[in-house]
Formats: sequence, C-alpha cells, structure tokens
Amino acid sequence: MSTPLLQVDNFHCERDDRVLFRNVHFALNGGEILQVVGHNGCGKTTLLRSLSGLSTYANGNITWRGRQVSEVMPQYRREVLFHGHLAAVKHLLSPRENLRWFVDIFNSDGGDIDAALQAVGLFGYEDIPCGNLSAGQLRRVALARLLLSPAMLWVLDEPFTAIDVHGIAMLQEMLQQHIGKGGAVLLTSHQSIDVPEVRSLNLEMFK
Amino acid sequence: MSAQDSLMVGMWATLRRELTLLWRRKSDSLNPLLFLLMVSSLFPLGVSPAPDVLALLSPGIIWVVALLACLLSTESMFRSDYDDGALELFLLNPQPLYFHILVKVLAHWLLTGIPLAVLSPIIALLLNLPTEAIPILVTSLVLGTAPLVFIGAIGAALTVGLRRGGVLLSLIVLPLYVPVLIFGADAVKRAAEGSPVPGQLAILAAFFMLSFALAPLAAAGALKISVDS
Amino acid sequence: MWAFFHKLGSPKWFYDISGKILLWLAPITAILLLVGAVWGLFYAPPDFKQGNSYRIIYIHVPVAVLSLSGYYIMAIAGAIHLIWKMKLADVAMRCAARLGAGLTFLALFTGAVWGKPTWGTYWVWDARITSELVLLFLYMGIIALYEAYDNKVAASRACAVLALVGTVNIPIIYKSVDWWYSLHQPATIKFTEKSTIDPSMFYPLLIMIVGFYCFYGVAMLLNMRTEVLSSERKTRWVQDIVEKSA
Repeated sequence: MSTPLLQVDNFHCERDDRVLFRNVHFALNGGEILQVVGHNGCGKTTLLRSLSGLSTYANGNITWRGRQVSEVMPQYRREVLFHGHLAAVKHLLSPRENLRWFVDIFNSDGGDIDAALQAVGLFGYEDIPCGNLSAGQLRRVALARLLLSPAMLWVLDEPFTAIDVHGIAMLQEMLQQHIGKGGAVLLTSHQSIDVPEVRSLNLEMFK
Repeated sequence: MSAQDSLMVGMWATLRRELTLLWRRKSDSLNPLLFLLMVSSLFPLGVSPAPDVLALLSPGIIWVVALLACLLSTESMFRSDYDDGALELFLLNPQPLYFHILVKVLAHWLLTGIPLAVLSPIIALLLNLPTEAIPILVTSLVLGTAPLVFIGAIGAALTVGLRRGGVLLSLIVLPLYVPVLIFGADAVKRAAEGSPVPGQLAILAAFFMLSFALAPLAAAGALKISVDS
Repeated sequence: MWAFFHKLGSPKWFYDISGKILLWLAPITAILLLVGAVWGLFYAPPDFKQGNSYRIIYIHVPVAVLSLSGYYIMAIAGAIHLIWKMKLADVAMRCAARLGAGLTFLALFTGAVWGKPTWGTYWVWDARITSELVLLFLYMGIIALYEAYDNKVAASRACAVLALVGTVNIPIIYKSVDWWYSLHQPATIKFTEKSTIDPSMFYPLLIMIVGFYCFYGVAMLLNMRTEVLSSERKTRWVQDIVEKSA
C-alpha cells in the first residue's frame, strides 16, 4: 500500500477545560469511506471542521499525500471539499448562479453545472431563486457541489439531513461513484450507510 | 489555468455575485440613503432653520450623518454569508481570503458609499450649504466613504458571530472613523469658505489606499475567528 | 528561544517568577511614588502663573503617558497571543485592557479637575484631551467586544485583532486630532509651558513617571496572577498553594 491520502495522528481537542477527544489517529486511502460515530456532543463536528481548516480547537498531526498539510495548503484546499450543516446556498441567487460562483472560486473548470443539477434531481429549477426552493431542494443544490468539485476527499457533516428517501439513495450512489473513481469520504451520520467500503471510527474510544 | 488567471476568475466571480445580491436586495442600498435624508432633515427641526446657522453647520452635519449611514450599512456585510454558511466557502477555497474580501467590500462601497455621495447635493441644498462647496462635498464623500466602509468591514467581521452585534459594531468602529471625519468635514468647510482643499482630499485618498491595503487583512483574520467561535 | 517562550507560557513558571519579581518591584514602586509625591507636592516650587494647582501634573502626566503605552503593551500581548497562541499573553492583554481603560479615565478625570482652575471649565476640546477621549473609546470598544462573546477563546482573538487595528490607527488619530486642533485653536488657550518646565519641577515628575511605570508593572502582575490562578484552579500546583495557605 502506498502512502494514504489523509493521515491523522495524535489529534486532540480540549474545549472549556473539558477533553473532547485525544490521540485520535486514522489513515484514509482512496476508495475508502470512513464514518465517524459517537453520541451527540462528542466532538464529531469539531473533528471534521478542524480537519478541513475551519476550526482551530483541535490540533494534531495531519499529512496529505504524505506531506504536512501546512506545507501543501493550496493543494489541500483544492483537493478537500467540506460540506457542513449549513447549505451555503444564497436565497437570492438561482441554483445555477450559486454553483457558478462555487465553480469559479474553487477553479473546478470543466464542471457542467446543468448536468450536476440534473443529477441531483433539480432539472427545471436551474433559474428559480433558491429562496423558493424547499429545505430538501436547498440541500440538493449543496450536494451538486460535490459533483462539480475536483476534490479527492469529501468531508461531509451529516449530509443526509433534510433529504428524502430518493435523495438518500442518490447520495449513496454519489458516494459509491466517488470512491469508485479513487476518491475518499470522511463523514458523520446517524444514518447507516449502505455501501460495502464503509469503515467506522468511534470517537468515544479516544476520551 | 495559471494561479493568477484563476485568482482573477475567482475575484470576478465574487464581484459579480456581490453586485447581483446587492442589486436584488435593493433595500440594503436604499435604506442608508433614506437614513441620510431623514436624519439630515432633523437638524433644522432640532437646531435651527436659520439659513446662516445651517450653512455654518451643514459640512459637519452631512459628514456625520453620511458616516453613520455607512456604519449602519456595513453591519449586514457578512451577516447573510455567516448565517447561511457561504462564509465557509469563502474561507475554504484555494484562493487567498484577502482578495475575496477586497472585492466584496469594494462592491459594497460601489452600491452604498457612492450613492451616498451622489445624493449628498440634495442634502446640501436642504441644509443651505454654499453651492460652490458641492463638488468638493461629493468628491470628499466618494473618497471618504471607502475607508469608512473598509474599516466598517473589520468591525462587521468581528461582530458577525454575535447575535446582538449592532450597537457593539458602532462602539468599536466609531473611534476609528475620527480621522476620516476630521479631514472630510474640514474639506467641505474650507470649500464653503472658498479656500482650496487639495491637501484634505489628498489625505482622504491616502486613507482610501491605506484601508484598501490593510483592512481586508484584518477583516480576513476576524472572519476566521468568527467562523471558528 | 523557543524553549524560553514555552517556559514563559507556562502558568506555574509565571506564578513563581512573578512572585519573586513582586518582592522587589513592589517596594521600589512604593518608594518612587512616595518620594515623587512628597517632592512634587511639598518641595517643588509653585508655578508663577498657575500657583499650586499645577501640582496635579504629578498624577495627570504619568497616567496619561501610561494610558497610551498601555495600549501598545496590550496590542503586543494580543499579537503574541494570536501568533504563538500563548495563553499567558492572552491574560496579559485582558489585564492591560482593564488597567489601560482605568488609567485613561483617570487621565481625563485629573485633566478635568486641573482644567477648572486653569481654564475656568472642566472640559475643553483640546487636542490632547480629545485624543485621550478617543483612546478611552478604543479601550471601551475592546472591553465591550470581549464581554459580548460567549466563547472566551474567540473573544480573546477578536480583541487581539481589534487591538492591532487600533495600533495602526492611533498614530493617525493623534495626528489628525492635532491638526484639527491647530485649525480651531482659540487664542486664549495657549499651552506651551510644558516644553519649558523648570528642572525643579521636572525631576519629581520624572520620578513619578518611572514610579507609575513600576506601579503599572505591579498592577499587571497582580492582576495576571489572579487570572492565572482562577484559570488553572483545577491543576495540582494551584491546589497545593491553596492548601499551604489554608
């Protein structure tokens, strides 16, 4: 086995004088899905946000393709996509406009926005202001970003929230295709994921 | 695509997005204008309608009220991006946050600061400012509202994560506005007396450059803290 | 260098060393302030124009000087906290903010008290007073920002950013206010005695300034020690101290 995509060592987090987790370590290779589990408030979101660079409350050693993340930051930013609790979709813009901005600032040139919207089941809604869409449809606009991004690693925090049964099946299909192409996924979810490649990481083991 | 090209594409995309958003939510740009109009018309009622008194006070009044209008409009600058999570995309994309904030603040200035400057001649007429000072009033507001919006962006970035940010924003930003107010109001006052004011305008332009270069840096740091709180 | 920094960041080490520093800094401060105050208030000659009322400068000038340097001390502490994530620098920044706001208020207050016999009014929009007032606003903004955050880690970082923005702005604010005042200066208030102060008045002032700097050091250390003890209350070494003193 060559060097893993993402290698995390000695990751620890302390908030308000309380240790959330310590010495968390795992490796993630292309073609793998790692599901972080644990009860509410055990630090799953903090872990994911820290790994994607949004939070500084958890610290440790992170390497990307065998190199320290701090040394390869622009590459890391391009190759890792974070998908959080918030949809990050502007209500005043249409789905197409929202995704156009995303594609341009992440420089994922060549992304076909209309095809992505069609794939997440929003055909016909491309030019409707997102304020008129339902919560589930907003999540689908956000999920379309996954299809448009060239990222190798998807970091998904509760991606199944607010989407219906068809949406769940669709997302599982997307996950499978992504790892089929050599990508990796790190996610939290209370939903069990119906994909054979899923491993799980119990955060409560690292108290 | 080279790094520079992709940065240009990204900045252009952010500029287009911001202008579109501001255009579709016109109240954000119109409300400061109404604020300027209404608050300015309170002064004749509260102080004196005598033309000579108004002529004496009008440079200061217009500048103070325009400054407050700018301040009020900056509060919403990052609010919706914070609430809906778009700020996370600003932070996580591979391009430097500095440039996105620069573009965002410039867009904000184009659609709030410039309209304030454009409206100011009407206020000048209401408050009996000598007409020969009006070109200087407009110029000083065009140059001066930019540092006001840039400094306001720092305050907005620091308070965006707080539920009750409004008053706090004024507390932390107003002291920083003092130099801009001094030179802006003085330029108009001198112009009303018929003196030349190239020095004051040059200093306002220098404030513009300084805030243009430094404020996005501070705002970027502040936004990272706000998202991480 | 790195090891030194790390040591400096350790609360226990700070507590020990600051205790030792206080042992000799506190008496020095007391002596300086006593000597300066007695000299200035009783032995320095009265001013030929202002009589005895000028003697308030022995408080007013030192606190005014300190209130400005205090801002820079606070901002430097904030920068160290932001860059090296040193907890102790964060404590220092917060203590410096409170202390600085207090000193600034004192400078304004003594200025007003001095202004009444000198200018016949408590408040004049003089350049120095106005700058001092803006400085008070800057301090208040930082304290208000800190209080507004529930998350105190983020609060400290946000305050550090604001303090740094302030340091860039303070010289600009001071210069602008000076310039503004030069435009509006009424002829009755000329305020140039300070540059021609007589040595017999100046030496006690110098002692008072040095004394107040030492006082600032003492107040900072005492403040920081209290903060460190309360934030480290769960650790072993703090409990040992508590048991020993009980």
